[in-house]
Amino acid sequence: MPFKRYVEIGRVALVNYGKDYGKLVVIVDVIDQNRALVDAPDMVRGQMNFKRLTLTDIKIDIKRVPNKKTLVAALEAADVKNKWESSSWGRKLIVQKKRASLNDFDRFKIMLAKIKKAGVVRQELSKLKKETTC
Amino acid sequence: MAPQQRKPHVCRNPDLIRGVGKYSRSKMYHKRGLWAIKAKNGGAFPKHEKQAVAAAPAEKPPKFYPADDVKKPLVNKRKARPTKLRASITPGTVLIILAGRFKGKRVVFLKQLTSGLLLVTGPFKINGVPLRRVNQSYVIATSTKVDISGVNVEKFDDKYFGKKVEKKKKKGEGEFFEAEKEEKNTLPQDKKDDQKSVDAALIQSIEAVPDLKSYLGARFSLKAGMKPHELVF
Repeated sequence: MPFKRYVEIGRVALVNYGKDYGKLVVIVDVIDQNRALVDAPDMVRGQMNFKRLTLTDIKIDIKRVPNKKTLVAALEAADVKNKWESSSWGRKLIVQKKRASLNDFDRFKIMLAKIKKAGVVRQELSKLKKETTC
Repeated sequence: MAPQQRKPHVCRNPDLIRGVGKYSRSKMYHKRGLWAIKAKNGGAFPKHEKQAVAAAPAEKPPKFYPADDVKKPLVNKRKARPTKLRASITPGTVLIILAGRFKGKRVVFLKQLTSGLLLVTGPFKINGVPLRRVNQSYVIATSTKVDISGVNVEKFDDKYFGKKVEKKKKKGEGEFFEAEKEEKNTLPQDKKDDQKSVDAALIQSIEAVPDLKSYLGARFSLKAGMKPHELVF
């Protein structure tokens, strides 16, 4: 079981602790054994401990410590946002956020929709059961 | 010159640091224009005569001196203010009632009465909650709003909901009790009409939103896995 996701310059990581929790950042330089210099379009470039980062599959092509402009251009070129939001991990996070922000009325509507869907599924199932008659 | 148009007055002697003004006493005397007022009045600052103090009526010495010193109550300058309404509660908000006969019911907020209590209605046809007063503390405000513009709630106030004062009857058992029970149970027709008129406009705006009617008809309850401190209402 070799490692697949490496800490390297250009690796996109998810922050899992602290002020920037939930943000996607790019590793822009490695400071020492424990820390990386990390940057994102909407934050000031700064150091972060690797323990605060979870590596993703996405890697972009940048040189060590690029300008903000170059970084943003590289992110656009690699289409990181869309890749992330279409990945299953990214989609799960989006669903979690949506669920957490649901209104009481929204939850009620979802309950009605679930009941409806279950009813339709049950009807189809009973039809299939009738056909096979086993 | 209307009083509202006056500009707020700037300080004549601004502080350099706290306790030290920019201008000295003599400079301030000049700035205040006291020399001009004196000059206008011929060398002396204008005085007016003291108003004659009306002679106070002669007080008689008190008849009774208490044995121990009587303590004066502490001065209390607090004024009663109307209860502050939470920012999340605006007319038309759907509220969840948390206690009492209608606990769990989702209800439409109409207005805050002068006593601080919230005037609320089911509407009655939808969930059985009549026009009722409810305390703000026993209510969760959801972010769902109902259009309340067609409803007239001017006539409702705390007196409308107060208990009816009964005429004092002579004490007599037997017949007296039976008669009382009959009177208490019926709701006067004008209150029923008020309910209908308020609900008519409300129900129309409720039916305009899909599922809102069944939402208001259902009770709220916490299910497994729901964490109230994490829920968004």
